[in-house]
Amino acid sequence: MKIIVAIKQVPDRDAQIRIDAAGKWMDESGLQWALNESDAYALEEALQLKEKHGGEVVVLTAGPERVGPTIREALAKGADRAIHIDCAGLNKLDALGVACLLAAAVKPENPDLVLTGLQSDDLGQGQTGVILAELLGLPHSSLILHVDKTDSGLTVKRELEEGWFQLIELPTPAVLTIQSGGNKLRYATLMGIKRAKTKEVRVLPASQLAADSPPVAVLERVTLPQKQKSTQMLPGSPKEAAAALVEKLKFEARVL
Amino acid sequence: MSGVWVVIEDKDGRVSRGSWEAVAAGQKLAALSGLAANAVVLGARTEPLAAEVAAKSLAKVVRIEHPLLAAYTADGFTLALEQLIAAEKPDYVVFPHTYQVRDYAPKLAARLGQSLICDITAIADGPLFTRQLMQGRLNASYRHSGSGPCFLSVQAGAFRADDLQPGSSSVSLFTPTIEPAQIRTRPSERFRAAEQTVDLGAAQRIVGIGRGIKDAANLPLIQALANALGAELGASRPICDNGWLAMERQIGSSGQTIAPRLYLALGISGAIQHLVGIKGSQCVVAVNKDPDAPIFEAADYGILGDLMEVVPALTEAVKAAQQ
Repeated sequence: MKIIVAIKQVPDRDAQIRIDAAGKWMDESGLQWALNESDAYALEEALQLKEKHGGEVVVLTAGPERVGPTIREALAKGADRAIHIDCAGLNKLDALGVACLLAAAVKPENPDLVLTGLQSDDLGQGQTGVILAELLGLPHSSLILHVDKTDSGLTVKRELEEGWFQLIELPTPAVLTIQSGGNKLRYATLMGIKRAKTKEVRVLPASQLAADSPPVAVLERVTLPQKQKSTQMLPGSPKEAAAALVEKLKFEARVL
Repeated sequence: MSGVWVVIEDKDGRVSRGSWEAVAAGQKLAALSGLAANAVVLGARTEPLAAEVAAKSLAKVVRIEHPLLAAYTADGFTLALEQLIAAEKPDYVVFPHTYQVRDYAPKLAARLGQSLICDITAIADGPLFTRQLMQGRLNASYRHSGSGPCFLSVQAGAFRADDLQPGSSSVSLFTPTIEPAQIRTRPSERFRAAEQTVDLGAAQRIVGIGRGIKDAANLPLIQALANALGAELGASRPICDNGWLAMERQIGSSGQTIAPRLYLALGISGAIQHLVGIKGSQCVVAVNKDPDAPIFEAADYGILGDLMEVVPALTEAVKAAQQ
């Protein structure tokens, strides 16, 4: 099975977020970056499928030069090779624009399966995989926790709301978006890290892939959320704060 | 062009709460843009649902009916709505932001060269649509550019459904052309994983933990506080993904919805998926080391600090207060 895993580098979850001078995006200087969480689960699912059924795992990402370490991380965990769409202004594209770039890179590869994380931790749109399927003319299923290969294609376990699940049968080639928690994530081994250095990373300039169409969904400005609830912050040492809180819960909120 | 169209989803045969909220958002948008607000229901038997929707103040209600829409599939719903859009030429198509909508609305939008502006929390003049970035740490305003319908999905709880005006809209039937071969996925009946042994929904006091606890070895510390409070333990998704607590203790959109008198969020940053699950809590306390954590937005009381120091102090203070 040839599997392409579309991954994204996102700001580290503990990163201090500041807005840039134009008020149009985050100030990216000094940000720490990491592999998007549900993409890590998509990669894990791909690696386990390869271990069971053989084949090849190719990671695909779009971004500027800084995505290099995230690609190496995926290769160190066991992906066979990588495609890097070199693109500086990813945040200026909408979900359709990003998926167009990825689709153009996926098409000539003719994979059996395309996996991606359910959503990115930065934009949180959760659309890339679904649009990718449409652009590639493939069936898809989203929020997938488990993938079984069958004679005719795949049976996947899809998460529904409020603790419900559903099995879905679909033919391959197909696109799946993977929910976190279906597998246990592996760490890269020292051997894996060493091997990753020699694996192929093909760089495709974005300008060669898709026509530069302006976004339909245009990001106008980024702001800090306004506080909706007045939170009473309890200052002091842990002991003082704890005592003050218990006092408040008992006599003000009357919930103790 | 013919106005704002809201796509209704059912829950157990009735219009879902999120769909009513999407109607409220659609009406607000219609008023801002001087357009009519309409609604559409889809399925194999849509009469009761259409009648329920038509009892609110809307211009038109269309029921798209086809045997192949009996069970939801992305292919079926996309084909059906694509044909309705070709016929009605809406300016805006508004969805509730549910798992089902996330599965097909981006596909439908892409088919028409559009990009869904998803999970919006507000609509302002322009119109400008607000959605959250960075798990609620930033707000972003989007506008729709170009021709063709603008696709929007509305975050649960962002618009009030209580004030919808009653009405009696006309209901019409729309029969799409769908061939069995066009539906490529075969869904099973839905099922629940296992017998639930904890009913967090009924618990009066809940201590919720998130990534901030760092290590499963710190669980006994939290358990001691929960014991002192007589509280159940719950968690945000990553804790259950790691297997540190059973999946049935997960609080949020993919887990349980809670409504306790007291909810203590310990080391939980407050991603929207978690916040929608705790909305019914009477009193929320947040303990976090990050002053910018969105959980503080939702909390009545907050303590900024290290869990490892605050939790033991809290356990002692609770015990002392009970003596």
